[in-house]
Amino acid sequence: MSGRAWADRILKKPRPRRSGLARRQMLVAWLMLLPTLAVVAVVAAWPLIQVFWMSFTNATLTSLQPPQFVGLQNYERLVRDPVWWTSVVNTIRFTLMTVIIELILGMIIALVINSQFKGRGAMRAAMLVPWAIPTVISAEMWKWMYNDIYGVINDLLVNKFHLLAHNVAFLSIPATSLPAVAAVDVWKTTPFVALLLLAGLQIIPNDIYEAATVDGASWLQRFWYVTVPLLRPAIAVALIFRTLDALRVFDVIYVMFGNQQSTVTMAIYDQNWLVNFSNVGYGSAISVFIFLIIAIFVVIYVTLIGVEVEQ
Amino acid sequence: MSTRTTNVISRALFYLLVLLILAYTVFPFYWALRSSITPDGELFSTPITYWPAHPTLDQYGKIFSNNLFLHALANSAIVAGAVTIISLAIGSLGAYALGRFSFPGRKFTMYIILSMTIFPQIAVLGSLFTMVNAFHLFDTLGALILTYLIFTLPFTVWVLITFFRSMPAELEQAAYVDGATPFQTFYMVLLPLAAPGLVTTGLLAFIAAWNEFLYALSFIQTPERRTITLAIQTLPESASTSAYAVPWGQMMAATIVVTVPLVVLTLIFQRRIIAGLTAGSIKG
Repeated sequence: MSGRAWADRILKKPRPRRSGLARRQMLVAWLMLLPTLAVVAVVAAWPLIQVFWMSFTNATLTSLQPPQFVGLQNYERLVRDPVWWTSVVNTIRFTLMTVIIELILGMIIALVINSQFKGRGAMRAAMLVPWAIPTVISAEMWKWMYNDIYGVINDLLVNKFHLLAHNVAFLSIPATSLPAVAAVDVWKTTPFVALLLLAGLQIIPNDIYEAATVDGASWLQRFWYVTVPLLRPAIAVALIFRTLDALRVFDVIYVMFGNQQSTVTMAIYDQNWLVNFSNVGYGSAISVFIFLIIAIFVVIYVTLIGVEVEQ
Repeated sequence: MSTRTTNVISRALFYLLVLLILAYTVFPFYWALRSSITPDGELFSTPITYWPAHPTLDQYGKIFSNNLFLHALANSAIVAGAVTIISLAIGSLGAYALGRFSFPGRKFTMYIILSMTIFPQIAVLGSLFTMVNAFHLFDTLGALILTYLIFTLPFTVWVLITFFRSMPAELEQAAYVDGATPFQTFYMVLLPLAAPGLVTTGLLAFIAAWNEFLYALSFIQTPERRTITLAIQTLPESASTSAYAVPWGQMMAATIVVTVPLVVLTLIFQRRIIAGLTAGSIKG
């Protein structure tokens, strides 16, 4: 189901109830919501407020003194921090590479699964497998496949397909390390994108295609003038979720490269300051920046695509 | 060229594409499996073999005699199990309220919960860290059970709302006429009917918690308290002595051990998972 239809269904007004019960119903509803709201307040709302506050302090985990207000000091330091800007550039490069390839590949796979053929169910099931495994594990699996001496990728490229003259240490060369890790993310997440798009494809009525065929539309024209416009909500949902995920990427890059500077991302840099250096003040300023960058992306998407996921 | 030949060719190309996609999806698993049953001597030699000449279960033997790995399996089961149960218990109540009742503030609450499903976990790591310390939960599984709720609960509520809304109103009306309280109606009428939804949502929450890495890395120090993702990432230091810097054979055996249950569960519940995923549109 597309984002809009799905949001429509959920947000539509509930069925009217007997008015005499209304007040009691309301009380019961809030009572039932109370545990959820309490957890949300404790693990999300309050921590978010606290992060904003701490970004203006010199809070650390090691000091026993209460944190002191230092104004914009953390932010002034952050805008002049070259490693931070490296991490921003890396993250955006990673996001662009993965999201674009995942959408294109995901679209191809969704179109394939959406057509009639034997083994369609099995293929749909196989798509779920990369999604289900932990990112940490997919990173380790690929790290081994990328191995410069015993790795299967080098063997395939050099000995089987003769695309390379000699083995390459993909993960040690700065130029190839980010694309290499992007490839892992593409492998892990494309199936999920495909399933999202497939759900959108399946609600497009067949008559529209038939009508277009009768009117003499070619396969490409049907795709461009029928599928793409009708699939826009599904594409938007996939695009937003994938972008937000890619912008906060941590697991796959941390497992393959640790804190190494040539591949550091915003989340890795932040975690390093917060946990390894225990500098909660500076780390919180980074968190606020990440939060703002992600918010900017959401605003851009919502205005550009004109689809409100939340309705 | 006749239409028939063109059809045959395009059909052949189509199946080639299908095979290509399947190979791309499945090959890394095949490679992990192949590496997990290859003896070290063969694993670290060239030219590399695509199926071991002498398959062995040695790597699995080493993994299952690695205490830290066994601890990690238990820890992950405890954390993911607890998080799933708490999320379902709390979330089903919340979803019922949001899905079946009409009251002022309902829509706003739904926005809050939806926005939390795309919440960047890294953004609150610092304050969760101080909170975990204040509650004396640092380096305990409790820290993970508490903080994992940030991603499992909102998503549980969101997906369950869909399930509750799809049920006919007559069910509750009948229960009310029979004099049931709203809570009785919930526990005795709607919750049993929502069982398929609970299973799917629970499974998705379990997988999300089982796969988590960032908070585990940040809040756990003692090797015995590591979760499975952390244990695999640190396996090179805990593995029984290997002549190689990274014991890739054991790594891949661990990978298979952790992955197979997830894959089996996913394949059993695949239809429901796809429905839940696309309805909730959550991250993987």
